Amino acid sequence: MDQRDQKDPWLSHQPRPPVIPTPRGPVPVPPTFPPRRQLSLTVNGRKVSVAEGTTLLEALRGIGIDTPTLCYLETLTPVNVCRICVVEVEGSRTLVPACSRKVEEGMVVKTDTERVRLSRRLVVEFLASSVDVSTSPQIQAYMNRYGARPQRFGPASPPAGHRDAARAGYHEATDGSRAATVGQPVKKDNELYYRDYGKCILCYKCVEACGTDAQNTFAIAVAGHGFEARISTEHAIPLPESACVYCGNCIGVCPTGALMFASEYEMRQSGTWDESRQTQTDTICPYCGVGCTTTLHVQDGKIVKVTSPLDKDVTRGHLCVKGRFGWQFVQIRDPGSERR
Amino acid sequence: MDIHLAKIEPALEEREAVNSVLGAPESGWSGGERRIDLEGHCAFGGHRSQAQRHLLLPVLHAIQSRLGWITPGALNYTCQRLDLPPAEAYAVASFYGLFSLTPRPRRVLHICDDIACMTRGAEELCGRVEQRLGPPSTDTLDGKATWYRSPCLGLCERAPAALISFAGERPCEGVFAPADPNRIIAALQAEGRDAARESPDRFDVKASVPQAGQPGLTLLKRAGRIDAESIDDYRAQGGFETLRRAFSLGRSWVVREVSASGLVGRGGAAFPTGKKWDPANRPVYLVCNADESEPGTFKDRVVMEADPFSVIEAMTIAGYATGCERGYLYLRGEYPLAGERLAHAVTMARQRGFLGDDILGQGVRFDVEIRRGAGAYICGEETALFNSIEGYRGEPRNKPPFPTQFGLFGKPTVVNNVETLINVLLIVEKGGERFATMGTSGSTGPKLFSVSGHVARPGVYEVPFGATLRQLIELAGGVSGSGRLQAVLLGGAAGTFVSPGELDTPLTFEGTRAIGAVLGSGAVVLFDDTVDLRKVLLRIAAFFRDESCGQCVPCRVGTVRQEELLQRLARGRPIGSTEEELNLLKEIAQAMRDASICGLGQTASSAVESALRRWRLFPPGA
Ligand SMILES: Cc1cc2nc3c(=O)[nH]c(=O)nc-3n(C[C@H](O)[C@H](O)[C@H](O)COP(=O)(O)O)c2cc1C
Ligand code: SF4
Ligand code: SF4
Ligand code: SF4
Ligand code: FES
Ligand code: FES
Repeated sequence: MDQRDQKDPWLSHQPRPPVIPTPRGPVPVPPTFPPRRQLSLTVNGRKVSVAEGTTLLEALRGIGIDTPTLCYLETLTPVNVCRICVVEVEGSRTLVPACSRKVEEGMVVKTDTERVRLSRRLVVEFLASSVDVSTSPQIQAYMNRYGARPQRFGPASPPAGHRDAARAGYHEATDGSRAATVGQPVKKDNELYYRDYGKCILCYKCVEACGTDAQNTFAIAVAGHGFEARISTEHAIPLPESACVYCGNCIGVCPTGALMFASEYEMRQSGTWDESRQTQTDTICPYCGVGCTTTLHVQDGKIVKVTSPLDKDVTRGHLCVKGRFGWQFVQIRDPGSERR
Repeated sequence: MDIHLAKIEPALEEREAVNSVLGAPESGWSGGERRIDLEGHCAFGGHRSQAQRHLLLPVLHAIQSRLGWITPGALNYTCQRLDLPPAEAYAVASFYGLFSLTPRPRRVLHICDDIACMTRGAEELCGRVEQRLGPPSTDTLDGKATWYRSPCLGLCERAPAALISFAGERPCEGVFAPADPNRIIAALQAEGRDAARESPDRFDVKASVPQAGQPGLTLLKRAGRIDAESIDDYRAQGGFETLRRAFSLGRSWVVREVSASGLVGRGGAAFPTGKKWDPANRPVYLVCNADESEPGTFKDRVVMEADPFSVIEAMTIAGYATGCERGYLYLRGEYPLAGERLAHAVTMARQRGFLGDDILGQGVRFDVEIRRGAGAYICGEETALFNSIEGYRGEPRNKPPFPTQFGLFGKPTVVNNVETLINVLLIVEKGGERFATMGTSGSTGPKLFSVSGHVARPGVYEVPFGATLRQLIELAGGVSGSGRLQAVLLGGAAGTFVSPGELDTPLTFEGTRAIGAVLGSGAVVLFDDTVDLRKVLLRIAAFFRDESCGQCVPCRVGTVRQEELLQRLARGRPIGSTEEELNLLKEIAQAMRDASICGLGQTASSAVESALRRWRLFPPGA
């Protein structure tokens, strides 16, 4: 039938024909899942029961055992590379990472043995002796907790300028008198954030946030090999030439301050950054209709950075460039300004 | 995927290098000509391009061997073709030692300065080459060439070893072993591509398999007796008869016999092969691990060079028995001759119907694809190997899940070492029970040992399990050098040292375990009493530092700290006392062993610790 012969139902105010398509087969029903099996395990001598599919970390948290983590984040796929969360599992030759290992029936787990403490302490010592952890309160707390003494490995070597060009499988000869570090010049190639990879513990979080776990932009990846592995754009090109869209989600997940808002970095440099004078206020991003929660960090009446809480379902801590960086308009205070 | 590419027009050479693997681009979207009439406003490529990611490593090889380095233009064009973010492609390329991401001369010389070559003048060779060419990693010969020191090249029986590669329109590679400085420098300067290829050191069975031709050999029975490039010769000597026999006896028979044989993996982990082959796992891919990079190990290379068809036949039987229709052979990047011979063997086997959709007219489907590694020891670790084939960085995965559940391309996978697989030929010929009568009850069958260092006749030796270390050394003509043995390294860098007092240890899994040692890959490196073992330990420590993939903290930093600490001890400049340093070393070792993701970190201090248990190399107060 020629459509044009018909009157437009809207114009003629006639009821519209039903548009619900008739299903060609049986109407699909939502899948039902068998109830999750309960598994029992023993933790430090205590019997615990958890649902199948739970990770050891979740199980331990559930019973109030605080397990250290660095590369784990609720909103990201576990990469289990930092190895600070290791625990002892009976029957396993090595320690196992709690963050990614799923509970199995009858597991016998110990979380506070000398063996566990030794590995955790060495992980912290390895990091603190090779990375600048001065802006990572988390690692500093673990250092205290495990009695880490990174100075045991000797004085730190000076920063090197050529990590971006390191050749896989080769390193410069060492005489051992200085502990090699990842120290290197700070990267500042855009207005919005600094990349100080001398503070990078290679937790892979920024890469995940830039990739399929959040942003799907893939501007950065782990390049290189071994101790010379590093977060990098292709050929280490500056961010403005890369795929980066400045969502800042990498900053949001970075546990060490290696990625830092320009505002925070510059205030720290000039000695004016003072978290004790800061307030945090949750609000909704003013830009689009998604409704992301933003947390405004305010010092002396000025927004100094914007984060987003992980536990809000709308974006699980991730924002876009506008919500993350587009707040300068709020604080134009110059009395002579036209836009007051 | 909405990827962000650089606005670089690839040069003709760059385009050709990439297209040599991927073929010409299909549409304007992937770098071809935009056909407005056909493509209109439709985007082509997408998933189809992304599904080719597993070709990334072959493409990078093509770029490297054509241009001498991975140029930004070629990498960018690769990303366009594969719909791949450039940062990821760069991340993969920069993972591998054989690729250069900065401009580099087209002629590259690698000289091995690893543990076996150390005993046969590697330092002197490097010194003489340095005199002529200048320091390593710098351009030389008017910018035409460069040279590097390299970890073990798997040519230890003909130490000291060197590898030359020429990039260009007709790339070529060749080895020099034993390497003479004049000869390699002449080859580096020579005009014409065949300089390296025509090296007289390509293959010499007498130098590599001193037992060749002797009666009673099983795994090495054909070595030196057949033309490795002739399928007819192979067939004339009973080749592919075992495959026929496997077909006639059936899948489950083969699996049952492999279980009954007690065969365990020869790649280092000694896992029962029968268990891996359990049909209940429903494997999809069969992977032959030929990435042999453990210092002091060269048995797989010799097998592949001397008898390549047997590897293909063994893979076919394994594929048939486990129900896999697709096999991958992951070959170490530094093995040009093995690569050539295997590629030829695969082509010939396909032509004659021993591979393909209907093998021997029995309706069995199986084919083999050879993938070349690119200079990363870690890619021998099975899960790193999968990632490498898939076109990702060769970083090991956390286990569980194990390859039998989640392997290559996420599918259940059987992965076996070259030597493990050729043992299957014997099992099918003799039956599992007869196979199990060879060797000891805990270690059945024959075993290949790579014997090198201070030994009169280095090479690959086949002995039944149960022979002692002393017998093996006698078979190889005894200790050379000063004639007085100081130490033997079993299993390579990831292995353990044993002392002359332990020579009567049977070379079995249980025998070595009893003295706190491991058999590992079957490497046996001898050191006479003129060797400074501390230097050997330093070389091993440097090796692990270089080869750690860098993924996990205990290994990435632990291997660095271990090397630094040993350097301090060797120089007599400990922090605090030697005692304190040795305690710290123990802690580093334990954290690496306990908390690392994979076997590399877990064994990175094994050789060092075994040496310190046996010898007081760093006396306190020194
Ligand atoms: C660091 C590392 C390197 C390895 N390299 C090799 C290798 O070069 N060849 C090999 O066959 N297995 C190697 N393996 C062992 C493999 O992971 C795996 O166990 C083996 O391929 C299984 O085969 P099999 O059961 O036949 O031994 C390596 C393991 C580790 C941890
Ligand atoms: S700002 Fe966003 S796009 Fe840029 S690197 Fe970070 S996560 Fe990726
Ligand atoms: S930059 Fe930060 S988030 Fe990224 S790997 Fe380094 S420490 Fe982790
Ligand atoms: S142990 Fe070493 S090689 Fe293995 S995953 Fe960790 S860093 Fe990589
Ligand atoms: S938190 Fe588990 S390995 Fe990093
Ligand atoms: S080839 Fe030099 S040590 Fe193996």
